[in-house]
Amino acid sequence: MSTLGSFLHRHPRLRLAGLLSAPLLWLVVAYLGALAVLLVSAFWSVNSFTGVLTKQFTVANFRTILTEEVYRNVTLRSLWVALSVTIICVVLAVPMAFYMAKVASPRTRKWLVIAILTPLWASYLVKAYAWRILLANDGPMDSIFGGPGYGLFAVVLVLSYMWLPYMILPIYAGLERLPDSMLEASADLGARAGRTFRRIVLPVLIPSVFAGSIFTFSLSLGDYITVQIVGGKSQLIGNLVYANIGAANNLPFAAAIATVPVVIMVIYLVAVRRSGALEEL
Amino acid sequence: MRHRFVLAALSAGVLVLAGCGGGDSGTTGSGPGGLSVPKIDKLAALGAGEGEVNIVSWAGYVEDGSTDKAVDWVSDFTSETGCKVNNKVAATSDEMVTLMKTGEYDVVSASGDASLRLIYGGDVAPVNTSLIQNYAQVFDGLKNKQWNSVDGAAYGIPHGRGANLLMYRTDVVKPAPTSWSAVFDANSPYQGKITAYDSPIYIADAALYLMKTKPELNIKNPYALDDTQFKAATDLLTEQNKLIGEYWSDYTKEVQSFKAGNSVLGTTWQIIANLAQADKAPVEAVLPTEGATGWSDTWMISAKAKHPNCGYLWMNHIISPKANAAVAEWFGEAPANKLACQQTSDKNFCTTFHADDEAYFQNIWYWTTPIAQCLDGRTDVTCKDYSAWTQAWTTIKG
Repeated sequence: MSTLGSFLHRHPRLRLAGLLSAPLLWLVVAYLGALAVLLVSAFWSVNSFTGVLTKQFTVANFRTILTEEVYRNVTLRSLWVALSVTIICVVLAVPMAFYMAKVASPRTRKWLVIAILTPLWASYLVKAYAWRILLANDGPMDSIFGGPGYGLFAVVLVLSYMWLPYMILPIYAGLERLPDSMLEASADLGARAGRTFRRIVLPVLIPSVFAGSIFTFSLSLGDYITVQIVGGKSQLIGNLVYANIGAANNLPFAAAIATVPVVIMVIYLVAVRRSGALEEL
Repeated sequence: MRHRFVLAALSAGVLVLAGCGGGDSGTTGSGPGGLSVPKIDKLAALGAGEGEVNIVSWAGYVEDGSTDKAVDWVSDFTSETGCKVNNKVAATSDEMVTLMKTGEYDVVSASGDASLRLIYGGDVAPVNTSLIQNYAQVFDGLKNKQWNSVDGAAYGIPHGRGANLLMYRTDVVKPAPTSWSAVFDANSPYQGKITAYDSPIYIADAALYLMKTKPELNIKNPYALDDTQFKAATDLLTEQNKLIGEYWSDYTKEVQSFKAGNSVLGTTWQIIANLAQADKAPVEAVLPTEGATGWSDTWMISAKAKHPNCGYLWMNHIISPKANAAVAEWFGEAPANKLACQQTSDKNFCTTFHADDEAYFQNIWYWTTPIAQCLDGRTDVTCKDYSAWTQAWTTIKG
């Protein structure tokens, strides 16, 4: 054992290789490899009767997605849901995180963090089905508010509930790093609350909000289960992918549809990078 | 060795199919579009059970008492044969085809819109019916049909058949519906509370309705639709989309919807009506005057089955008079075994479900995979195939 240790000590490059080979292999094969296969198979097709793969290059899948109106509508609808969920999460998370990081006593803060994390322990499906019962006809939501029933609004509501912790935590972490002394210094130097917020809090807040929005936005964009459970008759990009894998057994077409959210996320990440939020992560 | 041979035969079959898919006109197969069936050997002799069997089935076909204590035909099987049953419930035929392609399952209860795809895809093997003792008692009207055999070779064991019904809440929907027009009426008072089956095959329900109400479209078979007929059916469903509250494919979801009143009217299976009634939901299911789409199910064995002996034992067990009667009563369908009619708890069951009534089943259009060669025999037009149905279904849902 000790000889191996000293051998590695003398060969730092080998040491590095030993340390990184497993995660790198995982990253390249499982992550990037899967993406590459996805892209390649999007250009194949299947025999419509037997479902056997035909590995010949064709752009028919992409042509269908670009020319058929329904795919444009579903993409826009998914974008709208993802944006709404993100905005609702930001509106709810910012005051909450600010209170936790700057106002609450350390004792309360600890309990609040636990309170935000505990819903994450429950299964996603259990929470979604619980919402299905809450939103049902004559269910609690219906008797109190007279709605909203199943549909897109319910999807936005449930997804906002699901992903809220992923927004609160990065904002909380960002604000916690902001020393109280800076807020005090700003006040001592005569800045009013508004100016302190703009000049001290906002530069920390914005990157944290973007970091959180990456979670809420991408998770909402890919979701297909919540919409099946509380979405009524509506369908999102995820449902189209699922339907083409599970029902139609058309993997190439599913892959072609799946590239749509990938492209949207790449654009989104580039935009976020421009804002400098990624450096704060 | 045998294994390797089967594999080789399979890959050869796949190659042949790939050739056909390319639109090569030189093929001479007997199947649709000149497809030929991959050569796969049937099991020659029954050996000892392998200790377990993996099944893909419709909800309610494989019950071990966990849904309802009195509903159990799996425990007997396991104690008699030593084969433990691992069951996977599939919601649609498409899901069954996809699951069988994984090669992880031994037997499947395939409907007619899955069986031929499985046969021509090389996913299932022919069945040696002489190894299935109970096969002799199956109604002749179900044997060697277009959906369970090719060129006289049996590819499965008939399980039972039935119709897709119209379910409604008795406390809300008045008067009681008798026609499918209830789910297609643009001025329906139940707008937003109507449900429909979430699968491309549901297009056939619209086609069946048009077949009876719009004779000028000249639809002869709801699974053989040319461009005009197909457009009429999808237009009807696009209109219907405005009435729909939610589509269902998960049967528990439909039970819950009807119980809560989110859905009050829509297509269903008898088993779902039974479960909803057991759950104290005030629902009834009827067969509308236009007739209905339906199913005739077949137990098939995977070409890659890891537990073929247990698979054969299961196929023999599930059509044994007692088990076949139990599953038919639970699911609400006509049994395949003649002797099952004496085993049902309701002595009129077989009469109610028209088990031996071929004339009744003339009105039921069994699920069949739509293909480009029109199934009604027309040769002057091409029909819409299943991939067109699938894409249209996405568009209908919007």
